[in-house]
Amino acid sequence: MSVRMPEPDQAVLARRARIVATLRQLVPGEGVIATEREMKPFESDGLTAYRQMPMVVVLPETTRQVSEVLKYCHQEGIKVVPRGAGTSLSGGALPLEDGVLLGMAKFNKIREIDFGNRIAVVEPGVTNLGISTAVAHAGFYYAPDPSSQIACTIGGNIAENSGGVHCLKYGMTTNNVLGCEIVLMDGEILRIGGKHLDSAGYDLLGLITGSEGLLGVVTEVTVRILKKPETARAVLVGFPTSEDAGACVSRIIGAGIIPGGMEMMDKPAIHAAEEFVHAGYPLDVEALLIVELDGPSAEVDHLIGRVETIARECRAVSVKVSRSEDERLLFWAGRKAAFPAAGRISPDYYCMDGTIPRAKLPLVLKRMKEMSAKYGLRVANVFHAGDGNLHPLILYDANKEGELDRAEAFGADILKLCVEVGGVLTGEHGVGVEKRDLMPSMFSEIDLAAQQRVKCAFDPKGLLNPGKVFPQLHRCAELGRMHISGGKLPFPDIPRF
Amino acid sequence: MTDQLKPRDARDVEEALRWAVAEEKPLALVGQGSKRQIGRPSQTDLTLDLSGLTGVTLYEPEELVLSAKAGTPIAEIEALLDKNNQQLAFEPADYGPVLGQPAAQGTLGGVVAANLSGPRRIKAGAARDHVLGVTAVTGRAETVKTGGRVVKNVTGYDLCKVLSGSWGTLAAMTEITIKVLPKPETEATVLVEGLTDADACAAMAAATATSADVSGAAHIPDHVASWFEGLPKADAATVFRLEGVAPSVAHRREQLAAHLKAFGRVTILEEAASRALWRDIRDVKAFAVPSARHRPLWRISTAPAGGHRLVDFITPAAQMFYDWAGGLVWVGMPYEDEADAGSVRTAVAELGGHATLIRAPAAVRAAVDVFQPEEPGVRALSRRVKESFDPKGVLNPGRMWAGV
Repeated sequence: MSVRMPEPDQAVLARRARIVATLRQLVPGEGVIATEREMKPFESDGLTAYRQMPMVVVLPETTRQVSEVLKYCHQEGIKVVPRGAGTSLSGGALPLEDGVLLGMAKFNKIREIDFGNRIAVVEPGVTNLGISTAVAHAGFYYAPDPSSQIACTIGGNIAENSGGVHCLKYGMTTNNVLGCEIVLMDGEILRIGGKHLDSAGYDLLGLITGSEGLLGVVTEVTVRILKKPETARAVLVGFPTSEDAGACVSRIIGAGIIPGGMEMMDKPAIHAAEEFVHAGYPLDVEALLIVELDGPSAEVDHLIGRVETIARECRAVSVKVSRSEDERLLFWAGRKAAFPAAGRISPDYYCMDGTIPRAKLPLVLKRMKEMSAKYGLRVANVFHAGDGNLHPLILYDANKEGELDRAEAFGADILKLCVEVGGVLTGEHGVGVEKRDLMPSMFSEIDLAAQQRVKCAFDPKGLLNPGKVFPQLHRCAELGRMHISGGKLPFPDIPRF
Repeated sequence: MTDQLKPRDARDVEEALRWAVAEEKPLALVGQGSKRQIGRPSQTDLTLDLSGLTGVTLYEPEELVLSAKAGTPIAEIEALLDKNNQQLAFEPADYGPVLGQPAAQGTLGGVVAANLSGPRRIKAGAARDHVLGVTAVTGRAETVKTGGRVVKNVTGYDLCKVLSGSWGTLAAMTEITIKVLPKPETEATVLVEGLTDADACAAMAAATATSADVSGAAHIPDHVASWFEGLPKADAATVFRLEGVAPSVAHRREQLAAHLKAFGRVTILEEAASRALWRDIRDVKAFAVPSARHRPLWRISTAPAGGHRLVDFITPAAQMFYDWAGGLVWVGMPYEDEADAGSVRTAVAELGGHATLIRAPAAVRAAVDVFQPEEPGVRALSRRVKESFDPKGVLNPGRMWAGV
């Protein structure tokens, strides 16, 4: 697969040896990697279809080093691509041929745990799960839980505004971070937020979260930690049609119940998962719903009964309530293994990530079935049903001529369909390079220009992670121009007091 | 004399902005004007009145989503949600009475522009956490869409966040899509009597570190306790709200009461008293009463565990109470023409956080920083963000900071 990236700067490439030598001075020891063999692991992120060797890899250890590297690159006009653990599924950390790949893995310390204020201050290379592990002894955890949480870092989570299966109830990354230290492309170090709630002025942290590494490099993060719910129980419900499952989800939410997690799988996904982990999923159903209630045990016991009743009223053909923690985890095991399970039934799979208004699910599934026939590729669906986030897994074989291209075209059609029914291109994986060229299906040129001007406020030279998110690169000077003709009195027919 | 433009729809707003930009004529943005006295006094005599943009344009209770024109009265939205057993979970405060205005005024756009959140902020998040999508006209007279109508969305920069709490200085919002949530079935409040501010902060930290799922934690010192409805007597009260289904609330109130016994005498406020009390806390009742209305009023967001240390920095004649488990401190200074900004800023510099002068005479608001002054680097970045949206400075210039 190839994707159009910004034209490499030949002048920069010509100076490579000198640039590497300077970077070695800024980050001494083993912090600069410049041989092809050692740079190989950095050539792609979780979206392995796209690969590109960087010009050089730099692994700084301190904020000062990050600042000096960025300042130098800013002065010299060198592009920089920040990278956490490299688990992005949208190519957010795809290197540039003429760019420095700035790996943040050495920022792996937990700096402070403050139970009194219910926060943790961590370096960006700490894994998502690492935060929860560090506070588990006191019964706390960090709420957002992307499936890659064992590997993905909190810095990457900030870049992507990562979610997880619990975000309907507990929010995404943006709802769970309180502060950060960020280095701008010119090397300036800023501190935003802290242990308190809300920002003093403009919500810059809200802009940075989900900006896909285009606005700055985060070097410290303050997150909220929560007390673990007293208990959690799950109900596994099978339905004869996806419409029934969708109606059940609506009824549950309509009854005022916000489950901790609510996941749906379609038949191909159920079968793939069951064959892989033997979670006891019913195989004769079209849709399977896992509804998890968490909280105080009195509440969970009460609500689980109500969910069970609603499910039976929604034509469920099988209803199973977890009776033990082991059983609850078994219910989840199949869902959590859905991606590798797809990998077992197909040589390759392409994971999509759109969000739709939940009521449109039956329509979207029907249209997807038609597309599946058209492209001659199978598709399995897992769905964060509570929040409408759909993950179709397109099954293909990269070794078969043309299948990858067809998978890509199929994926683009699915995402356009999501937008068409009132949804969005990406719920949690990010735009990156993958969905970059689809952005105009959701945003007008004016909308995109407004976003790019924010980019200009942070990085006027456009050196930080260019080629991601935005389909067109514009110079900031050009974006800044205003074309106002007028001076006409507004709506003269309206009384002015 | 102040002049006023009152657009009928979003197209009119764009036209008004086009004219203002061409003429370089600054505009003061208002909805119903209920929060107009917050911020630095207006630097312009021309008002863009957005209260004509009204109406709920989409409400799908089962999708947990509502869209409305920015000028839609917040009371109308809350009434509609209430009919469907839903609510705005961030519990927007009504500052009307505190600002000497009628109660129950204000628009959705105003609530979002001010990022107004009530006691449930500690559990449910702020207004900004619930904004899913915005259509707005920037200071370039361009209509911009950001976000969407679905809860989970990371497509493009989250401009909803920076518009929330920007006090109309970046763009004139014309339509807003917001996440709505079910109303809790019932509530009760666990009350601990007679604690000092420091002990109260410790008790609030202890309660929020249990699985009791507290949706409000406040401390009302004895000198202001008599102003709050629902409190049994004029003694210090540290209060904890529990919301949810009846069996859960019943279970948790016992659990939490047992847990808090170590701090002091514990009593329970039943549903009606609990509701009245938290409404008063939300609306800052202690400083809306006639005897306190002259007091310059500060809203200070700080690290909750250290909130009580504010008293070390400010005059003993100040009145105060704590929300957000100690992380939101309301301070009323004794003299009308003296905001005592120096001591507040010193305290915030020491304890972290930010302070906003919510109420003071215009002359005072013109003379001191109303919003927290930012560090030079952040200030410069904020200024660049402002310029990216509003290069000619026609939208609420100077409302947050001089020159921005």
